[in-house]
Amino acid sequence: MGLQFVSRAAILAVLFTTAGRAQDAVSRHDLQAKMDYCKTCHGSSGQGFRAYYSIPRLAGQQPEYLTNQLQAFSERRRTNNIMFNVAHVLTPAMQKALVTDFHELNPKPLGGAPKDLVTAGKKIYEEGIPSADIPPCASCHGPDAKGNEQFPRLAGQLHDYIFNKLTNWSKERGQKPGEPDVSAIMEPIAHGLTEPQVKAVAAYVSYLE
Amino acid sequence: MKLTRSRRAILVIGFAAVFPWAGHAESLAIRNCTWCHGVSAHGYSPAPGLAGQRREYIQNQLKNFSEHTRDNPFSRLYMWGATANLSPATAHGLAFYFSTLSPQAANDGNRELEAEGRSIYQLGMPDSNTAACVVCHGPNAEGVGEIPRLGGLAYTYLKRRLEQWGEGYHAAARPPMPRIASKLSANQIEALASYLSFVK
Repeated sequence: MGLQFVSRAAILAVLFTTAGRAQDAVSRHDLQAKMDYCKTCHGSSGQGFRAYYSIPRLAGQQPEYLTNQLQAFSERRRTNNIMFNVAHVLTPAMQKALVTDFHELNPKPLGGAPKDLVTAGKKIYEEGIPSADIPPCASCHGPDAKGNEQFPRLAGQLHDYIFNKLTNWSKERGQKPGEPDVSAIMEPIAHGLTEPQVKAVAAYVSYLE
Repeated sequence: MKLTRSRRAILVIGFAAVFPWAGHAESLAIRNCTWCHGVSAHGYSPAPGLAGQRREYIQNQLKNFSEHTRDNPFSRLYMWGATANLSPATAHGLAFYFSTLSPQAANDGNRELEAEGRSIYQLGMPDSNTAACVVCHGPNAEGVGEIPRLGGLAYTYLKRRLEQWGEGYHAAARPPMPRIASKLSANQIEALASYLSFVK
């Protein structure tokens, strides 16, 4: 009886200590400071921001996708000097806290895309372009473009950001062929789309909430 | 009939006069700026260079001066008065005019701090949560839209401006500048101002 109590107390003590450590790993203050830092460029609610560059929306983004991209930046699978610098100082615990917090944000889309392209974009998004071997975007990114695990959310993403990525795919993504990631799926699709098609589909998803 | 004719004559003279006068007024307005900002608008301490500055930025600042939301001592002393009677059309014309002039680097920073300043500008300081300036102000600090050109502005001007965010001036400015700049140390400000003064 006495022994059982002691061992129970020991287990509880271990549990509490572990829980305490997990919380200590990222303090509320440090997380808030880091979130504010991210939002400096990614928009005050993570809705994206247009400055010299078009900086993507992170709000509502899939945590798995964000984690994978942060790793891709620090492993130089994805080329971006600024984000390399940002990503490689993040502890795993901080990464996890950040991607969780950004996933929970839900501001309105930033907008700004030509509205007359939306109908053509919707068609490409939902049906693909069979003659050019372009599958429907919806099959991976979801019918409402909310994404799924490593497949990113596109809803509300800045149309100019999407355009820049899709027209520059091979220079930015999958830069370590020995360590292929899910971005390899997009490469032939990005190449197969014409610029007007990219503009149309980017306009469509940029208005989705 | 005679009276009508003379009235018409007055109108004609009046119209003929409006356009040269308008041109004259504009050049007068420009002259009022260049007394301090320099004839080529490359700046003349403490007045910053305006040549090649972004049109939207100049226009916004003229508005901020006239509404007294840009409120550091030199703004109060010089710019509040200078913009008090500026019409929106003249402000637009001035902003357009100065944005088309070629900028020239002030080159008055400390060369020894240039590399540190470049690093802060281009990469930020992730450990202290300081965003890279390049993201908004551009790879050559040329600015875009409402975001100002910083490249080539005078070290003295840049240093004071960066210090003033932390001193609470211009608090109504659009985020994120007040927050970012108020966290910079004195050394980091000197490095940034030095680097930017050399950017062409």
